[in-house]
Amino acid sequence: MTELKGATAEVIPAVAPPPSPGRRRSWPSRRFVELTVLLGPALALFTIFVLLPIGIAAYYGLFNWTGYGPLSDFTGLHNYKLVLADPVFRSSLWHNVIIAVLSLVIQLPISVAIALLLNRKMRGSSFLRMAVFAPYVVSQATTAVLWLLILQPGGFIDALLQAVGLGGEIKDWLADPNIVLYTMFVVLTWQFIGFGIILLLAGLQGIPAELREAAAIDGASAWRTTRHITLPLLGPTIRIWIFLSMIGSLQVFDLVWIMTLGGPANASSTMVTYMIFFGFRSLEFGYGSAAAVILFVISFVLAFAYQRFVLRRDTEGALTRAVR
Amino acid sequence: MRSTRKYLALAAALTAAAALAACGSPGPSHGASSSTGKVTLTFWSNANANPLLGVFQQLMKSYHASHPNVSFSYVPIQNEQYDTKIQVALQGNSAPDIFFQRGGGFMATQVKSGLLANLTPYVSSWIGELGAQAQAWQINGHQYGVPYDLHTVGFWYRKDLFARAGITSTPSTIPQLEADVTKLKAAHIAPIAVGSKDQWPDAFYYDYFAVRECSVSTLEAAVKNVSANYPCFAKAGTDLKAFMASNPFQPAFLNTPAQTGAGSSAGMVADGKAAMELQGDWDPSVFQALVSSSQWKTDTTEIGWFPFPAVPGAPGNAAALLGGSDGNSCSTSAPEPACADFLEYLDSTAAQKLIVGASLLPANPAAASAVTLPADQQVLQASKSSSFVQEYLDLAWPTNVGTALDSAVADFFAKPGTTSPQSIVTAIDQAAAQQ
Repeated sequence: MTELKGATAEVIPAVAPPPSPGRRRSWPSRRFVELTVLLGPALALFTIFVLLPIGIAAYYGLFNWTGYGPLSDFTGLHNYKLVLADPVFRSSLWHNVIIAVLSLVIQLPISVAIALLLNRKMRGSSFLRMAVFAPYVVSQATTAVLWLLILQPGGFIDALLQAVGLGGEIKDWLADPNIVLYTMFVVLTWQFIGFGIILLLAGLQGIPAELREAAAIDGASAWRTTRHITLPLLGPTIRIWIFLSMIGSLQVFDLVWIMTLGGPANASSTMVTYMIFFGFRSLEFGYGSAAAVILFVISFVLAFAYQRFVLRRDTEGALTRAVR
Repeated sequence: MRSTRKYLALAAALTAAAALAACGSPGPSHGASSSTGKVTLTFWSNANANPLLGVFQQLMKSYHASHPNVSFSYVPIQNEQYDTKIQVALQGNSAPDIFFQRGGGFMATQVKSGLLANLTPYVSSWIGELGAQAQAWQINGHQYGVPYDLHTVGFWYRKDLFARAGITSTPSTIPQLEADVTKLKAAHIAPIAVGSKDQWPDAFYYDYFAVRECSVSTLEAAVKNVSANYPCFAKAGTDLKAFMASNPFQPAFLNTPAQTGAGSSAGMVADGKAAMELQGDWDPSVFQALVSSSQWKTDTTEIGWFPFPAVPGAPGNAAALLGGSDGNSCSTSAPEPACADFLEYLDSTAAQKLIVGASLLPANPAAASAVTLPADQQVLQASKSSSFVQEYLDLAWPTNVGTALDSAVADFFAKPGTTSPQSIVTAIDQAAAQQ
């Protein structure tokens, strides 16, 4: 750990050349040039493609605007109030929350279990690792079309249930407003669980084998070793996974849009499908922009709070210079 | 030496940043004309599958042969994706020269924003030949688009499945239709296919009940005032609720798309998996694109058409139709004479006969003789004899009101038991208040 501390704190002086005694140059100007060259392009891109659009969207949100012609119909915060009061927006937000919570209570334990399993030395483990990661590599559009075929009435899933004598359990997977959100969650899990597993496997590789060996010598059972050594040391990886999963849950769009268009009766809508619907389908760009800004604020606040309160102990020293 | 290299690197970085900042999308080259007077017209359309795709390609080729100075860059775009793409292009001032249009409220929005070329000077001499429907493409007396076909919504059905269910004649009233639904179900045939995932097919049902319940003057006032706040629109919702109670649709219809793939509602009728579908007259062209050519040959004799049945006791016009037309507009950046001339060419009798060959109805009545599919002749006859054609309400009203109508009807389709029919009227009026 001491090496790391030094590297983080001293990174800039280490790169700078030693001052030459003949031509002394002042520190700040060198530093300024370096910062401009290294940071400038990235900062310019970030400003043009991230900060500026956010500002513009917030501004559009103040107008009643079809997307064509000048912004002339100023309505103040009216659009923002309407979005927040719309029951469809609220249920869309609720769907995002459900997906986030289900990810936490279902995807996380499964990911950890499979990662622990795959971390063992066994035959074909690299094949299995590849197999669980494969769905993540497939594009979301392809996944959506694939699952549309699998889930269509009389499709693969229905035939499978029929074949194992569960024909009575066949449901309208994507057409029943009471089920569709959970169907979407299954597809999301299929697509993204591989990513969590690979992330956790990487975390597991970082846990020194000596600790487990020492525990084994002390007579700890496999379960106790896992419970008291592996899982606590996996903590930082799990907390990062939760962060990524939470952000991903708020952004769910592609799969839902292709598979259900947010329907039926908005039963699978998310904040992003809501925004696209009003922006592009309904030609209410002012209203759609207001929805986009609200989505941004919600995501930003959640991400910020999580970073601040949960990830702090993991990122301390990396983000802040103060290393105790 | 060191510092020279550093400044070179800085200069390179700044140049790269500047180049990045400057690289906007150049957009399609608008009627890219050279000194020789040659123009290339960019043409976006939702004709992305044969037969219509082939017909358009053939027409562009023959137009180019007789007008060597005019060539085309044709971009076919899938129907449901088209609306988004054209909006983005229009907003970004990179609109194609010629583009597909459906008229109505969407076109009106574009005209209001000054994005469409006024074609009146080029088309006024001949547009009258198209009859009353060309007027639907005028705003304040100016022509902003030219239709190339004529649309009518009605029930497409399979004669073989009707026969198998023991149905001998097509229904002319809603109770008769409901009785046929019962017979088809008894024969284990999905009675009516509907593409509810796309929402707009649901709206056809509400629109038609409104057309049956409302007088022509009420319908005209509703479109003009952008309001559904008339008792007959509420009654249309009640009629729809009663009809939905017969469970006429295929299983899992809420996630069925309208026209994409074999599992779509059109695919089900084409494939003999459902007996009917309430759709536009373009349905046979969709069927044709979805089935093999050999199956299409048998289908042409098996596919029939009947108008939306009458609602007993409803005061509206029992023979009025729901419809519209497809056409093209020219953007303001297009070379107007060439663009308008090509649109005129699309309506020439020869071109119209080719378009009819793609299972569409001609905008120009002179090509009516080319209609061969018996069901299509029936549709053409019905639209000729109908005293009133209501434009699809979701297109006639401004776009946000139209989508509100589609969503409200779709919500109602999803939960007919718990959603009040009045909610459709409320949704329309709420969206209209946003105007």
